[in-house]
Amino acid sequence: MNMKKGLGTFFLYLFLSVSAFLSIFPFIWIVLGSTNSAVDIQMGKLSFGDQLRINLQNLFGQADMGGALLNSAKIAVLTVLLSLLVTSMAAYGFQMYTSRVREKTYSFFLLTMMIPFASLMIPLFQIIVVLRLLNSHAAIILVGSISVFMIFFFRQSFVNYQTEILQAARVDGAGELRIFFTIFFPSMKSTYAAGAIYSFMTSWNAYIWPLIVLQSNDKRTSTLLISSLSSSYTPDYGVIMTGIALATLPVIIVFFAFQKQFVQGMVGSVKQ
Amino acid sequence: MATEKRLDRVGWYFILPASILLACFIVYPIFYSLYLSFTSTKGIVSEFVGVKNYIRMFNDPMFFLALKNTFRLLLLQVPIMLVLAITFAAILNNKKIRFRGFFRTALFLPSVTSLIAYSILFKMLFSYEGLVNNTLIKLSVIDIPLQWMSVPKLATFVLIIAMIWRWTGYNMIFYLSAMQNISDDLYEAASIDGSTKIQSFFTITIPLLKPIILFTTVMSTIGTLQLFDEPMNLSQGGTTASMVGPDNCFLTLSVYIYNICFKYTPNFGYAATVSYAILVIIALLTLVQFRLSSDKDETMQKKLEQAERKLQRRASR
Repeated sequence: MNMKKGLGTFFLYLFLSVSAFLSIFPFIWIVLGSTNSAVDIQMGKLSFGDQLRINLQNLFGQADMGGALLNSAKIAVLTVLLSLLVTSMAAYGFQMYTSRVREKTYSFFLLTMMIPFASLMIPLFQIIVVLRLLNSHAAIILVGSISVFMIFFFRQSFVNYQTEILQAARVDGAGELRIFFTIFFPSMKSTYAAGAIYSFMTSWNAYIWPLIVLQSNDKRTSTLLISSLSSSYTPDYGVIMTGIALATLPVIIVFFAFQKQFVQGMVGSVKQ
Repeated sequence: MATEKRLDRVGWYFILPASILLACFIVYPIFYSLYLSFTSTKGIVSEFVGVKNYIRMFNDPMFFLALKNTFRLLLLQVPIMLVLAITFAAILNNKKIRFRGFFRTALFLPSVTSLIAYSILFKMLFSYEGLVNNTLIKLSVIDIPLQWMSVPKLATFVLIIAMIWRWTGYNMIFYLSAMQNISDDLYEAASIDGSTKIQSFFTITIPLLKPIILFTTVMSTIGTLQLFDEPMNLSQGGTTASMVGPDNCFLTLSVYIYNICFKYTPNFGYAATVSYAILVIIALLTLVQFRLSSDKDETMQKKLEQAERKLQRRASR
């Protein structure tokens, strides 16, 4: 009996360890790959090499990764700011000023979450053309900042807020917007951090919409650049790996720095 | 009374910015897309053609190929991934497991990679002279390298493995957080009644997780039906290649729409028609999934009541 249990535990840990290894291995491979030449990566070399500088030179020289990273950062930061403002205000409006008509409106909002982006893509493209925003970052920021999921997420997180505090401020004669910005917002920093992380991830990793809108090389994001490097006819694995490492690094840093908010931002909305 | 009216108005003000964006970038487009699906729009020339696009769609072998490819992925990948995710969650929810935090973080880590990055990584891993072939040859599993990315079945396999790698940990977190809300008393009562851990998993955990299982299934279904980034970047040549994956096995519905719009002679009307097909399929599948889960809600309710009665009996003893 005891031996059988021991064997079971052994296989359980073996299963977990193998799975964990398979999950982490590609990350190790990226780091190793960015220090090796394309040929070494192809040959399956699994140790550090001395090509990092050359890879970086190619990536930042010919491919202009620097510009692409800047574009990505600019778009992500502006999208996060606009998105947090707009979606959290809406969630606040729905949660703190309840009315039957607004609940109906909220249900309608939620319903739109089911719409696949493919169905919006063509009209959105035409709107952007009419607004003369083709090949501009503004098109990405505007479209990226409306997320019904974020409204849903914020509202879920606002449910347990003690509304007495708002009432008291109201009695003291504070305006509604002031209450929102100076009393409510500061007390919800952790929730906003989670929302910011979700929004940043979505924006930083976006592919199809930037692919359609951004047509010149100087406007493209790091995601588009890496994708185009990999689909060229003579892909340089070392350069691509270095690019992936650089584009993934910010997200991993944010993940380890704000693990709790990170996970909350991705799944917190379904915690009842 | 007057303040109540004022507050009601303020409520609308808070929702206004989001509503404007939603109206411009989601509501208007979705209706405009419906209108487009009845037109033939090529460049700036647009004319009303009635249901001609819909007739064309039902006679379009490429559309049915895309539909088949998408559903193949949906039926193979989503169940395997969700079963794996729930298994990991059940194991890692056990407080006796050592290094729980490490395993959880390790399994979740793939979810931080961008869809592009992991697709390209898997393309490199499974290339003809890539690491996977090298390793398999070294381990004498195969004698000659496999043509992973040239044989449709193998390529589909790689895509599924890649998606499982990326999304299992993500779904696991949903299950884990739901499992933490299940009271230990229930398991205790069950174990007093002589049920093993595996039995309790099926009689307590699974029924109680039903809402989350439904949520993850719906989300994964919607995600798979919209699959675009992975097939585009896993295939050779990306957006400009003549085929998406060997024998077009990566041609998903979203990829097909992109191709109709931006690769062939642009036909926005027909693309809108195909996009409405996705919308209808998502709506139908979501409805079916909700129905299936609510049918079983009653049995779950009964089980919960039984468990509660048991607990009460125990308490009164």
